[in-house]
Amino acid sequence: MTQSLLQVRNLRVTFPSRQGEFHAVRGVSFDLGRERLGVVGESGSGKSMTGRAILGLIRPPGRVTADRLELDGESILNLPERRMRKLRGSRISMVMQDPKFSLNPVMTVGNQIMEAYRLHAGGGRDAARKKALEMLNAVQIRDPERVMGAYPHEVSGGMGQRIMIAMMLAPDPQILIADEPTSALDVSVRGEVLNIMDGLVRDRGMGLIFISHDLNLVSKFCDRVLIMYAGRIVETLAASELHNARHPYTRGLLGSLPRLDAPVKRLPVLQREDSWRDGGVGTTTSESA
Amino acid sequence: MLTIDDLDVWFGYPPDRVDAVRNAAFSVAKGESFGLVGESGSGKSTILRAVAGLIDSWSGRIEVDGHPVHARRRDRAFYKTVQMVFQDPYASLHPRHSVDAVLSEALSLQGMDDIDRRIAKLLEDVGLGRGFRFRYPHQLSGGQRQRVAIARALAAEPRLLLLDEPTSALDVSVQAEILNLLTDLRAEHGLTYVMVSHDLAVVGHICDRLAVMQHGRIVEVMSVEALRKGAGEQEYTRHLIAASG
Repeated sequence: MTQSLLQVRNLRVTFPSRQGEFHAVRGVSFDLGRERLGVVGESGSGKSMTGRAILGLIRPPGRVTADRLELDGESILNLPERRMRKLRGSRISMVMQDPKFSLNPVMTVGNQIMEAYRLHAGGGRDAARKKALEMLNAVQIRDPERVMGAYPHEVSGGMGQRIMIAMMLAPDPQILIADEPTSALDVSVRGEVLNIMDGLVRDRGMGLIFISHDLNLVSKFCDRVLIMYAGRIVETLAASELHNARHPYTRGLLGSLPRLDAPVKRLPVLQREDSWRDGGVGTTTSESA
Repeated sequence: MLTIDDLDVWFGYPPDRVDAVRNAAFSVAKGESFGLVGESGSGKSTILRAVAGLIDSWSGRIEVDGHPVHARRRDRAFYKTVQMVFQDPYASLHPRHSVDAVLSEALSLQGMDDIDRRIAKLLEDVGLGRGFRFRYPHQLSGGQRQRVAIARALAAEPRLLLLDEPTSALDVSVQAEILNLLTDLRAEHGLTYVMVSHDLAVVGHICDRLAVMQHGRIVEVMSVEALRKGAGEQEYTRHLIAASG
């Protein structure tokens, strides 16, 4: 087992609502090493909230509690905003779903990457410019000089996402949290962006948390997969073992996907059970029909 | 049911004119389910919107049920034959209209009588109980909203349903429910579908034939059997199939 970069124990995220407290994340625990960890679930399962809680991005009145939330042995739970800002970007970074909304529309791509880099690594403009060009090269943008001077609306979605990755990886973080990084992209571009991200993460020995609703994608791209349901982890699997999943929820999800190689008249529909809300694997492994 | 020939669709005026669809041609038989696939910007939704009458800057021929349609004017009979379901059920329902208001408006626009009974029937058709009738969109889940959108389209008792990515905003388990519903409705009502999707597996599940689009042109029209075998005649089709595998 590789040494863990991030330790999460009993992470909870709650929001007050008119009907009482709403528990978005209910006791999530895992360790992240230098690996690619997939977090899969449907909307409302708490997967994005888990990512945001780690980065300290849950705003009041939302509340984050945990028995332990440690980055490299150092607690990062509810740090004051000033200290969290130092960590964010330089040690943990996040790539969001849609580059259209996460890049600044009125700033050139080059200036944005340079700003992100200088904020964390310091250094002069020339060094930052060199680094930005180097990063754009690393994400396989063919004409980095031109792209540096372009505004976000002048680049395609796939290129925008590669720019986001370049920006997030410029300060050399230890952990990258990617929240549905390819959902807004076309299939043919998706593979390319994933390969680039994979290469960079691997070369730098980073830990990657890959949040996605797409089981097949995660099983191909990650080492290990957490499956979340209603704010809990219901099953943890090696990605290669996904198709031997035991939890009825995971199996139901896999079964409800239409497949080109296995046509069916009607798709099996997931019958949700209340017991899934409470249990992990082992409590509800009875064979379902 | 639907014949499209020599269809060009453009936006804007020269010199900024963008040709979104060029020289598209295909036809869909009665009761058939036809898919349009391609990447974003390939023009697949644009074709659907031109057919529905949401875009009037087109030339060529669009025939619905043997009648050519006019670019700007559509008659009542057209909307009784053709209805559309949109991608995002969060955006396509009026947030301050209850399910009852949405459906009764659609029914009275179509000049239907016996609205009360018809609403109950529509809700039943799309698998929503009576309890949903007086709810507002924010009280519904994404899948339930898409069911309401489908019920609204069915209100006119159309024979051609245009489906623009009807499940891509939904979770996979909900997608399975909606796809099953579409399968059942087609069988019960003898509907013809034209469905736009970027997901080849979804098209493979619902459709009989499909057209692959790239840069505004139809690259290839193929059967779903050929799609399953990955047997595209064109390089681009094979690339698309491989990328989504």
